[in-house]
Amino acid sequence: MKFLTDKALERLRDSAELPDLSGTRYRLLERVARGGMGLVYAAEDEKLQRRVALKVLDIPGTDGELASRLILEARVLARLEHPGIVPVHDVGTLADGRVFYTMKFVEGQRLDKYVATLDSVPDRLRLFLRICDAVGFAHARGVLHRDLKPANIMVGPFGEVLVMDWGLAKILRGIAAGDSHAADPDAAIFEKPNPSSAQTGPTQISVITGHGTVMGTPGYMSPEQARGDVEHLDARSDIFSLGALLHFLLSNHPEKTTAAGAPRLEKPLEAICSKATAAPPAERYPDVQEMALDVSRYLDGLAVGAHRESFLEKTARFYRRYRFFILLIAAYLVMRVTILIFLHR
Amino acid sequence: MSQEEFPSGGDRFPLTRRSVIEAVQSIDAEERERALEAVCAAYWKPIYKYIRLRWKRPAEEAQDLTQGFFLELLERELLEKFDPKKGRLRTYLRVCVDSMVMNEDKASKRQKRGGTIPHVALDFSGAEEELGATVMDPSAIASPESLEEFFEKEWVRSLFALAVEDLRQLCVECERERTFHLFEAYDLEGNEKISYGQLSKEYGISVTDVTNALAWARREFRKIALERLRELCSSDEEFQREARAAFGWNSK
Repeated sequence: MKFLTDKALERLRDSAELPDLSGTRYRLLERVARGGMGLVYAAEDEKLQRRVALKVLDIPGTDGELASRLILEARVLARLEHPGIVPVHDVGTLADGRVFYTMKFVEGQRLDKYVATLDSVPDRLRLFLRICDAVGFAHARGVLHRDLKPANIMVGPFGEVLVMDWGLAKILRGIAAGDSHAADPDAAIFEKPNPSSAQTGPTQISVITGHGTVMGTPGYMSPEQARGDVEHLDARSDIFSLGALLHFLLSNHPEKTTAAGAPRLEKPLEAICSKATAAPPAERYPDVQEMALDVSRYLDGLAVGAHRESFLEKTARFYRRYRFFILLIAAYLVMRVTILIFLHR
Repeated sequence: MSQEEFPSGGDRFPLTRRSVIEAVQSIDAEERERALEAVCAAYWKPIYKYIRLRWKRPAEEAQDLTQGFFLELLERELLEKFDPKKGRLRTYLRVCVDSMVMNEDKASKRQKRGGTIPHVALDFSGAEEELGATVMDPSAIASPESLEEFFEKEWVRSLFALAVEDLRQLCVECERERTFHLFEAYDLEGNEKISYGQLSKEYGISVTDVTNALAWARREFRKIALERLRELCSSDEEFQREARAAFGWNSK
């Protein structure tokens, strides 16, 4: 039997990893990411002559747990037709027995990288509202994301926001009438992708088993999700993650921190984050629209529902909102007073 | 050689054999023997090398201990006692080896009593040569973690070598020896300077044919290696975990 050198082992490992695309319309271009379930490659759809992202399991077999999850993820994506959710094109099994699906190839930056390019708080809040729009749409269609975090949000070259990685998604109810596959196959058996080497976020917890297990990312995961109480998860669990995401957008941390150099948030924004990330789900926003409305109110200079203002705060906000008119009136009054003084001399 | 000669399709999986853990408990003696052979074929070399390095035993003694271990595996029905819920087969076997070596007098008595080990040719001189060629410095593997790492690497080497041998046989059966030679030259020799173009000139075929042949060989290699691995695992979960370890999918 031939002795395999370390180099030969590495070559065999590398070549065995490549998906066998023979018999498909796709041509492999390059590997772009690795997750807990498998790999994501850039590929060319030779028929349509366009670049796609191909997500493929690393283990062959169509009847295993991972295969079921990947297929379900593709089906969830296929039903969530929204500009903020990456569209899926195709799903199937490769010649090497591995399940795959293809989706739109998103060129852009992950939110954790992109956020550094946004200078102003309003810009960050407007971006957050676009995330809320996509998540709210999914909730309306009965799908929870369960893994909302900066690494799973992509921002395209034109500022378009895409919510990615629905591998942990939970289907709360049938998406379409008569759809037998839409029922929750198992409220808990979705795998968490492993952190890639480039990822700098908090450590993820990976789980491949059934009910009562923990999945998600500490800092972004709701307490009930962290407890593994998956049967009682609802939209408010994602709202917790959105609250952490908003906090991250405004301070680079998913939660309130006393670390030196951490920016202090304005009270209304801090209140929105606190309400969204309240430990009891009942104290959080009931739905994404409510949370988005509060953020919009802040952007419009209105009082937010999450924060009871003092008289001073109310006055300051009134001033900020009508600063131009207040300054105009003040200038007019100063001018009048000056004229009166001048005339009385 | 053309693309048509390398058929592919989604209907070739799964081609799984029964797990050795189930097979050793079979009432069919032939199946039990086949299971033991599979374990022996995949693990004898890592175990031999492990005994040489971890326990610093001379070659002859390590050979006796390796043979003794497989006898003990058979006589004490150690595989039947393996509980997949408690860990990996690989770790279990390593722990069994440690325990046996610590009690080696008992093991050597057993060997003297005689017995039959599975019909697997144990090429100790080849293993000894490999050990000499192994890059890892024995002094660098003092910690339990590095020993585990060493054992895992040798287990992967053994698994892949078996898969390569199966692939060679498959190529002979399918009259695709040239495909195997291409695979050998490009993927096994570790010569980074060789290109598809050079191979096409050397073998007098087009670059496309080289590409297709290598794609086929790699696909078959992967399939064979995973089949062998599945056979050595007791559950789907263990298989996934071991496949990731064997193919380095955890670390990339």
